Amino acid sequence: MLQQAAMTESKAKTEMVTGADLLLEALEKEKVEVIFGYPGGAVLPIYDKLYDSKILHVLPRHEQGGIHAAEGYARISGKPGVVIATSGPGATNIVTGLTDAMMDSLPLVVFTGQVQTSVIGSDAFQEADVLGITTPITKYNYQVRSIEDIPRIVKEAFYIATSGRPGPVLIDIPKDIAASVSKPPEEQEIKLPGYQPTVQPNYLQIRKLSEAVSRARKPVILAGAGVLLAQASNELKEYAEQQQLPVIHTLLGLGGFPADHRLFVGLAGMHGCYASNMGLSECDLLINIGARFDDRLTGNLQFFAPQATVAHIDIDPAEIGKNVPTAIPVVADAKEALKELIKQNGKPPAHLEWLEQIHKWQVEYPYHYGESDTLKPQKVLEMLYEKTAGDAIVVTDVGQHQMWAAQYYQFKKANRWVTSGGLGTMGFGLPASVGAQLADPDRCVIAVLGDGGFQMSTQELTVIKELNLPIKIAIFNNLSLGMVRQWQEIFYDKRYSHSKIPIQPSFVKLAEAYGIKGYEINNAEEADVLFEEVLNSREPVLLDIRIDPDENVYPMIAPGKGLHEMVGVKP
Amino acid sequence: MKKIISMTVMNRPGVLNRITNLFSKRNYNIESISVGLTEQEGISRITCVIHVESDREAEQITKQLNKQIDILKVTDISDQAIVARELALIKVLSTPQTRNELYALIEPFRAAVIDISKDSLVIQITGESDKIEAFIELIKPYGIKELARTGTTAFPRGTQKPVNPQKTYSIV
Repeated sequence: MLQQAAMTESKAKTEMVTGADLLLEALEKEKVEVIFGYPGGAVLPIYDKLYDSKILHVLPRHEQGGIHAAEGYARISGKPGVVIATSGPGATNIVTGLTDAMMDSLPLVVFTGQVQTSVIGSDAFQEADVLGITTPITKYNYQVRSIEDIPRIVKEAFYIATSGRPGPVLIDIPKDIAASVSKPPEEQEIKLPGYQPTVQPNYLQIRKLSEAVSRARKPVILAGAGVLLAQASNELKEYAEQQQLPVIHTLLGLGGFPADHRLFVGLAGMHGCYASNMGLSECDLLINIGARFDDRLTGNLQFFAPQATVAHIDIDPAEIGKNVPTAIPVVADAKEALKELIKQNGKPPAHLEWLEQIHKWQVEYPYHYGESDTLKPQKVLEMLYEKTAGDAIVVTDVGQHQMWAAQYYQFKKANRWVTSGGLGTMGFGLPASVGAQLADPDRCVIAVLGDGGFQMSTQELTVIKELNLPIKIAIFNNLSLGMVRQWQEIFYDKRYSHSKIPIQPSFVKLAEAYGIKGYEINNAEEADVLFEEVLNSREPVLLDIRIDPDENVYPMIAPGKGLHEMVGVKP
Repeated sequence: MKKIISMTVMNRPGVLNRITNLFSKRNYNIESISVGLTEQEGISRITCVIHVESDREAEQITKQLNKQIDILKVTDISDQAIVARELALIKVLSTPQTRNELYALIEPFRAAVIDISKDSLVIQITGESDKIEAFIELIKPYGIKELARTGTTAFPRGTQKPVNPQKTYSIV
């Protein structure tokens, strides 16, 4: 009798679940493979459950590193990156990553702990107004007010983060709700009447665009990250080939169209190639697919594509017409729109002369750099490209090295390129490479970093060692914040205010301190030998590459100038 | 130019914050905002009066608002036939000598005196913003002690004049 009573009691107990249980169950339902998280007081109930979870948990050494790793993971895997941070400082430390993901449309689902409900608003220990802080930098955010809502909120968060124009979604969970106990709640459906992204294009607009292509004499495609997010690179290739359209890329769009294709023009924008920027300046039809006409791409809008009829395919209607007046708006997923365009099978434009013109620009004004005794960063990137057959994942930080990587590493496939474009976040590269490697464990991942950005995230070397991720950390060391130095040289009369950082630790010894092999590279011969040796190894390596400290990124468009006003086009 | 934007929103915590946040983030100029419940449970109506430089800017605001997940519908009703009303409470100085004069002003505006004290009156006036402006100008010389306005709330009339084609900014 007593035994029976004890049994029913234990049965009743097992039927009860905590908020943290519900949370982990919901994450498993979403097939989450990896969580980038950092524990703390307010998330202790969640971490207690994670102790028994099968989901891989990666512990960055700073929450900012965690969220950048999640961004790298999302960019390469196409799946949402999942982050956990504690309340207060944990939450405020992920603000940069949230903004970065928002700007570059990366799907993230971020959980923050919150102080218990009864003390919210009382300036409690480690309390921060996370909803208030993150409202402008998330696609949506929630604070859980009742344990029954957890499954539905998590489901909605994943749906919002990954559908339409992807972006970060944050869920703030008070500690008492994660710890509270309840019967398993009834399943609730997603309730989002105000959120219905348009995926299918309007047929009439597709017809209009198709006709405009047939009539065009100087058409170009400008392909942005929308092509990658929609996994539409095959469709882009098919459509470009069907209509013989030259393809120009934005910085974030690289890899959407193979760089060795004869219709590939190159990178456009502030440090884009001559052919791309002239192509945009002189085209009569500009088909923007999944790019947002960012100011670093367009230069001075007054001079941007002055003769062009602009068509814009974007899943976010607010991007259409935001910066550039648009004659043919197509609100749709890039893949669906391209499929419809291919189906139209319109008459290709008569534009042989135009293609020849673009080709001529490409041949006459390629990227160039001078030869000297010092090691040129461009040369290093060319070597990295050759040694990896253009198939490595390249993750960059922000600055000169980022632009050189975009110029000289020729991406042939999608999902090989991770960079912080919109926000331009220094310190992004090293942690992002952790996420990229986890998303594609067998591929060679090269973290192309500057010496400045590397020092903003150095602590993440531990994670690389801990997980033995075979990342090749290539520090392009010019003993300065190179892009700042370049601008000071050109626009501020060589007054190098706080941009030179000659006092540095030995990066090689630093790597060794973390248990990672480190090498210094001073010339092309050393680079050649070492690259051969380390690029295929299955362990992490740090390369301190001493590049020419005076090298600048060219071509360049000065701020306020138009795309046609490039400098540094000729050697 | 002035635009009136009417939207229905999910009545959730933080929704007004999302909207005002959006206005400040995008550097939009807002004149008034009024919020209240609607006939449907869980749905509120927000009416914003904004100042914009161009139609394109108004279109951009509408689209950005539309993107908000808690916002169900956004309509720029500036060019439609609408009913728009605002309420103002005005506490104005009044002595026994001026009281009659004030009453004479109040009447044609169909305003009402809702409180009287020894040296002041509280006047309640409803109407379109222009009417309220005009009334305030008129009453100013008597000495306004306090003033509170609700901001405009509005929606389209039941019947739209056919000559005034409805202007929509939707791209779809």
